[in-house]
Amino acid sequence: MHADEKFTDATWPASPEKATLEGKNKYLGFWLFLGGETVLFASLFATYLALKDKVPNGEAALAKDLFELPLTFVATMLLLTSSLTSVYAMYHMKNNHFKQMQAWLVITIALGFAFLGLEIYEFNHYVHEFHHTFTSSAFGSAFYTLVGFHGGHVAFGLLWFISLMVRNARRGLNLYNAPKFYIASLYWHFIDVVWVFIFTVVYLMGMVG
Amino acid sequence: MANEQSNSANPNVDLKYRRKKNAEEMKHQVVTFVLMIFFTVISFVAVAMDDFSHWFIKPVILLLAVIQVVFQLYYFMHMKHKGHGTITLFLFSGLAVGLITILTFLTIVWL
Repeated sequence: MHADEKFTDATWPASPEKATLEGKNKYLGFWLFLGGETVLFASLFATYLALKDKVPNGEAALAKDLFELPLTFVATMLLLTSSLTSVYAMYHMKNNHFKQMQAWLVITIALGFAFLGLEIYEFNHYVHEFHHTFTSSAFGSAFYTLVGFHGGHVAFGLLWFISLMVRNARRGLNLYNAPKFYIASLYWHFIDVVWVFIFTVVYLMGMVG
Repeated sequence: MANEQSNSANPNVDLKYRRKKNAEEMKHQVVTFVLMIFFTVISFVAVAMDDFSHWFIKPVILLLAVIQVVFQLYYFMHMKHKGHGTITLFLFSGLAVGLITILTFLTIVWL
């Protein structure tokens, strides 16, 4: 079985992402990477929690002054929905429907860009309205490192999806690229997992006080 | 084995069965998604209402986040499927180290 062999709907394997040895190894290796990412984000969360609201003087903005529910809610809905649309993309990948997979990935990418746009607006707002910057306080450094690292992951995930789609635009689905699409969608889900803790621990718990 | 191609003499029969199974799984995924949105809305509404003490509200929204992440990992990321023992070990090892780090920073580090 060659990786670039053409498949029909009937011969397409049930789990194309794990049908080749390379696919299996990628899958295992990627989860090892996600284990490491968990440690990375946990240490950033730990830093944030230790340094939350540690500001030099009484005028500096605290978490409860900065955060607003509606913006966080919209960002959360965008990212959560993009997680579902990438599940739809993988559903069509398993059915050997290349065009539908591409369409759902385009929606996923659009939602990701919308999320990133909101985050840029938010950071800009904090810097200009509250003078809450990376260097203004320990709280600022910890906040921008944690949330910014997540935003960086979103940006990287978008770049990953776009490169995959451009590179495979005319190739169609085969066992060479099916694992690649699948791993990218796993990464996208992981970004959403991290965001669930960010909106809960940073934003919601920050607003509660 | 995941790589089974066709079990019957007629691959179209097998294809029909697989399509049906995939569609069923997709339905479960949508249900999972609806539940995740539901938990998220509860968390936001609880914080927006602002009448609970933070001793009550913090554990509740954390619990909702954990449930939501379990859904994401086990359904969206397929950890509920067979053959995910090794990756579960990877993830939980990472989580163990991470949680100890958080505990340390919250208790031993005094700032």
